[in-house]
Amino acid sequence: MSDLRGIIVTHAAVAQALVAAVGAITGVQDALSGVSNEGCGTDELAERLRQAIGDGPAVLFVDLPGGSCFTSSVRYAKQHAEIAVVTGVNLAMLLDFVFHRDNSPAEAARRAVDAGAKAIRVTGAA
Amino acid sequence: MSLALYRIDDRLIHGQVVVGWGQPLHVSFIVLVDDEVSSSDWEQDLYRMGVPPQIEVIFASVDQAAQLFSTWQTDERVGILLVGDIDTAVALAARVPQVRRFNVGGVHHRTGRKERLRFVYLTDDEAAKLRDLAARGVDVTAQDVPTARAVPIGEFT
Repeated sequence: MSDLRGIIVTHAAVAQALVAAVGAITGVQDALSGVSNEGCGTDELAERLRQAIGDGPAVLFVDLPGGSCFTSSVRYAKQHAEIAVVTGVNLAMLLDFVFHRDNSPAEAARRAVDAGAKAIRVTGAA
Repeated sequence: MSLALYRIDDRLIHGQVVVGWGQPLHVSFIVLVDDEVSSSDWEQDLYRMGVPPQIEVIFASVDQAAQLFSTWQTDERVGILLVGDIDTAVALAARVPQVRRFNVGGVHHRTGRKERLRFVYLTDDEAAKLRDLAARGVDVTAQDVPTARAVPIGEFT
């Protein structure tokens, strides 16, 4: 089951930067791929997603809960089994995800959302 | 105030539209004219999810748009009208003579299209259709975000 992969789908180079950051922190290199919507229409972004996802089960980590990255990812998930979509990707959820890939995509997605949300807080406010 | 932007963008509702144009124009409604999306509840839900709750999203076919256009034009709020392809823009302009301008905001690579600008790829047929629109008095320019220059049609078709 460890073949569950994470595909990060974002504007500009955010996805590639997150993949590099997770690799630098964890040493895990094969769990994540990045897809950018740069210069993509709907068709081309769908093709980039298809190539990045391949056959396996996957969680798609999208930057915003709307927009071309999001609509293309949700559309892909609707057409394929074993794909879950998470929005609001952050480094904390990805760090948790790469070590907990022995789950179904839906379960891994829920877990990632918990980990990501816990990392968002106000600190240092007087 | 009515419709402040008429945009051709194959991504339809996305960040550049909602945030890039929506914020400076103080947009309160977005009209998405697309025959396919207007007949799919699921697609409509998907596009609505990308829009903050204070912005209304209206879905219309070209036929419905022709009927409802005057209500959008007289709306006291500011709106954006969006189409996803050149054929829809041409069809709308033919049905609604009050459509006097189009912003080509994103038409991306596909087989048969050539790069005209970083964010505009057109087949020769699509370029001819845009020139034809312009020849009939519609102001057609290409501009992805408000801070960029509006490129005149002669420079990209």
